[in-house]
Amino acid sequence: MSPADWTNPLRDPRDRRLPRIAGPCGMVLFGVTGDLSRKKVMPAIYDLANRGLLPPGFSLVGFARRDWANQDFAAIVHDSVKQYARTEFREEVWSQLAEGFRFVPGDFDDDIAFANLARTLDELDVVRGTGGNHAFYLAIPPGFFGMVVDQLKEHDMVDKSPNAWRRVVIEKPFGHDLQSAKELQATLSEAFPSESIFRIDHYLGKETVQNILAMRFANEMFEPLWNSNYVDHVQITMAEDIGIGGRAGYYDGIGAARDVIQNHLLQLLALVAMEEPISFDSRNLRAEKLKVLKTISLPRRLDLSTARGQYAEGWSGGVKVPGYLHEEAIKPRSTTETFAAVKLHIDNRRWAGVPFYLRAGKRLARRVTEVAIVFKPAPHQPFTAQATEELTHNALVIRVQPDEGTTLRFGAKVPGTALEIRDVNMDFAYGGSFVEASPEAYERLILDVLLGDPPLFPHHEEVEESWRILDPIIDYWERKGGRPEQYPSGGWGPGSATAMLERDGRLWRRP
Amino acid sequence: MIELTNTTASAIASAFVKDRLKAGSPAMGMVLTLIVVVDEDHADQAMASARMAAHEHPARSLGVILGDARGASHVHAQVGTLAGWTGETALIRLRGEVVKHADSVVLPLLLPDSPVAIWWATNAPSDPAADPLGSLAQRRITDASAVTRGKQRAMHTLCSSYSPGNTDLAWTRLTPWRALLASALDQYETAATSASVTAERISPSADLLVTWLADRLKVKVSRHSSKGPGITEVVLETKHGPIRISRRDGKLATISSPDRPDRPIALKRLGVPALLAEELRRLDEDDVYAGVARSFAKKRLS
Repeated sequence: MSPADWTNPLRDPRDRRLPRIAGPCGMVLFGVTGDLSRKKVMPAIYDLANRGLLPPGFSLVGFARRDWANQDFAAIVHDSVKQYARTEFREEVWSQLAEGFRFVPGDFDDDIAFANLARTLDELDVVRGTGGNHAFYLAIPPGFFGMVVDQLKEHDMVDKSPNAWRRVVIEKPFGHDLQSAKELQATLSEAFPSESIFRIDHYLGKETVQNILAMRFANEMFEPLWNSNYVDHVQITMAEDIGIGGRAGYYDGIGAARDVIQNHLLQLLALVAMEEPISFDSRNLRAEKLKVLKTISLPRRLDLSTARGQYAEGWSGGVKVPGYLHEEAIKPRSTTETFAAVKLHIDNRRWAGVPFYLRAGKRLARRVTEVAIVFKPAPHQPFTAQATEELTHNALVIRVQPDEGTTLRFGAKVPGTALEIRDVNMDFAYGGSFVEASPEAYERLILDVLLGDPPLFPHHEEVEESWRILDPIIDYWERKGGRPEQYPSGGWGPGSATAMLERDGRLWRRP
Repeated sequence: MIELTNTTASAIASAFVKDRLKAGSPAMGMVLTLIVVVDEDHADQAMASARMAAHEHPARSLGVILGDARGASHVHAQVGTLAGWTGETALIRLRGEVVKHADSVVLPLLLPDSPVAIWWATNAPSDPAADPLGSLAQRRITDASAVTRGKQRAMHTLCSSYSPGNTDLAWTRLTPWRALLASALDQYETAATSASVTAERISPSADLLVTWLADRLKVKVSRHSSKGPGITEVVLETKHGPIRISRRDGKLATISSPDRPDRPIALKRLGVPALLAEELRRLDEDDVYAGVARSFAKKRLS
């Protein structure tokens, strides 16, 4: 029997209890001291091991400019796991995982260090049985991607034999405009084929985001309303109550549009607006997302349909906080926006005439990410104008975080009154405790990388398409010059954003 | 009352959510009713397990203690509005004639529309689907390892009376083993020539594993005894050599296979709450278990 038509007798498609366990493999983590590695990646790896989803012999190699031995690296991972892991700490899980830890000290331009890394991987294939399968997780600033990828190529770490895989994992930002995104793709694709490049957008790993697909396509009652006949407009909001904190170096010069709208919000938009894919495998899902991204167009007058702002000093949730320009390490004349709102059109039959409003900002009143589908008013009201005075638009709100769930907002009669109709909420809560047991986005995504399962990762074409949408807006802001409008911390953003919707006769929801 | 001093708006907001949870708002999102049939001695432990499983599956948990069936009927209930867990719970003690009509007490308490699961925490009826309470549920969970006498016999009886929707925690305990064996075999793309399972002398799980392996691999599977705990070793013989997974302490296993170094892997015996949570994850018929139950029922017990 040739291996090609070998089927594992212990597997059965009907056997849905068996979890997907990755085959023999290891991971190399660049940038082990960063927040991302310590708070997300390392705990997720432990949680996966604890749930028995990592292969026996899984190995984790740290690479950084530190004078560490393997034990020092293990100590760092240990601290991060103790502090941030979701599942309970078990000594036996830890000890078997820690046996596979290695550390390679060195700079990104250090040939000896990379030769050392290559040797370490070969050694792991022998002593841990990783089978030549390794994922390179680049948790480092994108400026170094090129250098690292060149080194990996130089030292023969990307040339895989047909029976082994090498993959690369990167985090946003995927460039800062279309040009740089293409350059990044060119750099990566020199060493890795397109299907081996995994871009992590952790939003796509969230259960609630995956639930958008379930809600739309597994049910009968929503999809018939999901078009311009019934939908007035769509609002997608990602608000943070915090400022830039310690991320000044990263954030200044990037801003809200590049940081959040380009990736998270446009991905959410794509999932909400796309047509039904013929199946949920990565190729078909990406095809539909790409299709809808390609149909997005900008309004002609960008001055009337975009808004940007910068948070000023103010009171946020009972704490006095400094304005953006007074944050540490921010230039006092910085024009980086911390709030951005844009109006987009989707030029297809389903969505013609339905504007999509996207906004993202820091130091807003509370932390919330949601998608609100706001419906048109009923074409005819048999009730008197007084009776429906307090009735606004019906709305379906998908709450992505926190307090995950879905809210349906519609009118109901106020008890006791003659006839008065007011908005009420019908709520589906994914539930605090429901979510307790559900895996972190990073667990899901890292496992998908090791399994080589790409549906939840944005493809480079999607990334480039998103930049095509955003570039003219950012260009316009830069051409126009001037300072972003100051808005008080702890509110819902600048007046220009409110004015932008008022021009269309609409209001931002208070999320 | 939650008191927060020196706080912020976001801490207050999250306290609201916590308080709402405690006040039972997740009850609105309950996804199923779980009936727990248990005796007085094991009631606390069983209800605690049900509560922990409800973290993943918000449920209305109805504990039912069937007492002495003689004498006048008596229904006593403790209804849980306590803080700190999702869902709702009631522990119902029945005595007297009503014991024979327990379904009449439970039926009105089932949540509208949503699925019903039943779990016999200790001794199960010989035909769960025909049981008055069992017939209310679409998922009937038994635990042959928890019966007080004759575990192997109990497993055999339950397999003989298998009907769709039945399942046993002895089978659930095997999932981590089965997953590991399947992925180990993936690496070699070859058929197994024989296999063996070593476990405690009395182990319904080991009996099912032998049956499953024999069914799937179409080879003879031998069974050996050890001191346990649980299953201690499984070996698949292949033409490349043996694939061996051994676990001495019930926590950490070592996998040794041809041309590969020996590797440790965490393989912890799962607790009842985790097993229960797994059972509640899918409420339709388990076809693979159905096959194993049918085969095991055909076997003659030694």
